Amino acid sequence: MAAVNPPALRIDQLIVQRGSAQVVNGVSFSVPHGGSLGIVGESGCGKSTILRAVAGIDTQWTGRIEIAGRPIGVQRSLADRRAMQMVFQDPLAALNPSHTIDEILREPLIVHRMPDQDARIVQALQTVALPLAVRFRFPGQLSGGQRQRVCIARALLVEPQVLLLDEPTSALDVSVQAEVLNLLSRLRRERQQAFVLVSHDLHVVAHMCDQIAFMVGGQFTDVLSRDRLRGATLHHPEAQRLLDAALTH
Amino acid sequence: MNHIPRDSAPPLLDIDNLRISFQTAHGRTEAVRGISLRMGRERVAVVGESGSGKSITFRSLFGLLPATASVRADRMQLQGQDLLSLDRRDLRAIRGRRIGMVVQDPKQGLDPLMTIGRQLIEMLRLHRKVPAAGAYQRAVELLAEVHIRDPKRVMGLYPHEVSGGMAQRAMLAMILSAEPELLIADEATSALDAVVRHRILDLIEEQVRLRGMGLVLISHDLDLVARYADRILVMYAGRVMEELRGGELSAAQHPYTRGLLACRPSLDHPGQDLPVLQREASWLQ
Repeated sequence: MAAVNPPALRIDQLIVQRGSAQVVNGVSFSVPHGGSLGIVGESGCGKSTILRAVAGIDTQWTGRIEIAGRPIGVQRSLADRRAMQMVFQDPLAALNPSHTIDEILREPLIVHRMPDQDARIVQALQTVALPLAVRFRFPGQLSGGQRQRVCIARALLVEPQVLLLDEPTSALDVSVQAEVLNLLSRLRRERQQAFVLVSHDLHVVAHMCDQIAFMVGGQFTDVLSRDRLRGATLHHPEAQRLLDAALTH
Repeated sequence: MNHIPRDSAPPLLDIDNLRISFQTAHGRTEAVRGISLRMGRERVAVVGESGSGKSITFRSLFGLLPATASVRADRMQLQGQDLLSLDRRDLRAIRGRRIGMVVQDPKQGLDPLMTIGRQLIEMLRLHRKVPAAGAYQRAVELLAEVHIRDPKRVMGLYPHEVSGGMAQRAMLAMILSAEPELLIADEATSALDAVVRHRILDLIEEQVRLRGMGLVLISHDLDLVARYADRILVMYAGRVMEELRGGELSAAQHPYTRGLLACRPSLDHPGQDLPVLQREASWLQ
C-alpha cells in the first residue's frame, strides 16, 4: 500500500452528508505532485463539497483522504491544515474587510509559527505580481483581480502541497481571468503543487487541468484527459450536454 | 400594435451623447462619456467588462441611479417621448410597463414572502389592470408561455422553492405580463449554469420575436451574446469602442475587442499561457 512515491492527494470512496442528504456519493481520485484535476458539473452536483470536505470545512464525511500518503481525518492537526489551502470564488467575501492586506497575509504565518514574516509577505506579493503599495491597503480598495491575487498569495504563504481552487475566476472579468489563470499555471510549473480546480466552465477547467472529471448527482460519471475531450462520448447525458455546450461555444 | 408606418415612426430608443458622472469623495468620476444609440425593435448586445458603464447606461433610462449620479444627454427618448424631463410619477409609468428589465439574480427581483402566483397576479393588476377574476388564468398562461411545465403547481411555490433557471423564467413571465416594448436583460444568465444559460437566452429570444419587442442584452460574455444579437456594441471605460454585426465577432477590428477575444481560454489551445490584454490610453481619445 505504501507506494514509493505517493500522490500529493488521494481520495478514496469519499461520501459527504449535508444534513440527511448525501451530496457526494463515493468519489475516488488521486492527483500527483504538480498534477491537476478539474471537476466540472452543474450547480448542486456536489463538486464544491468535495473541496470543502478535503479542506476540513465540511466534517460529515466518510472515506479516505490522504496527503502525500498520510491519511487525514476529520480532526486536523496544524500540519494537516498547512498541507492544503483553498481559494474561494468570491475574494471579497474571503477577505476580512477591516484587515489590511499585510494583516491578512500575516495571519497564516502567525498561526503556523513561521519565521521571517515581513520578508515572506513581501515575497508573496511579488509572487502574485501585486505592487507592494497594496500591502497596507484594505480589500475594499483593491480591484477584483487584485483581491483574488491576495487570496492566492495567502494560500501559497504556508507552502501547501495541495491547492484547492473553487471557481477561482468566476467572479472576474475575462481579461483579469486570463491574468489569474496564467499566474496559477506558472505557480504550478514552478512549485510542483497539486491542483484540484472546480468550475462550471469547461473552458477554464480544460485550460488548467490535465485530467477532467465530469460530476453528476454526487458522482464522477467520466474522467478523461483533456486531449480526449473533443469528440468524446460520455457516459451520462448530462455530462454530454455540458461538453457539447462548451464545444459549440 | 404599431399603426404608424415604420420609416416615419421615431426609433424605439434614441440616445444621443449620454454622459453620466458620479460625485465621490475624490471629486467627479466620469462613468459614461458620450454614448449614442438609436435602435428599433431589434436585438442589441452591449458587452464590456465591469466598470465599462454598460449597466448604468441603461439603468439611467429608468432613473434608477443613485442620487450622486448626474445624467446628461443631448437626447434620450423612448418612441419620441423625452425621458430626461420625466418626473417620478411619469417614470413609474415607463418603468416595468414600457421598459422591462431582467436582472442577474432572479431571487433578488422576486419577493421571498410571496408565492410566484401572487406576484404575477399583482403585476397583471398593476400594469395591465387585469380584473381579479381573469388574473389567475392569465398568470397561469404566462408561466406556460415561458415554458414552465406544470404552471399551476409553480403558481403556489415560493421563490426559494424553485431552481435558479425556473426563478429566471418566472421573473421573465412577470416582466412580460406588462407587455413592454423594450426588454433589457442585464447579465440575465450570468448566475446560471452553462446549459440553463442557453435555454434562458433561447426563451428570451423567442419571446422578443413573438412579441416584437426591442432587446438590449447586457453582458460581459462576448461569445454568448454574439449569437443572440443583430448588433453588438463593445464598451470600454464609458465609451463605445466598436460596433459589430451579430455573429461577426471575428470581424472585430478594435484592439480592445480583439484582446478580449484572445484572452478567453479555449479547448483548442489548452495549457498554454493566455494572451493578456494591454490597455492603451489612446483608446479614450
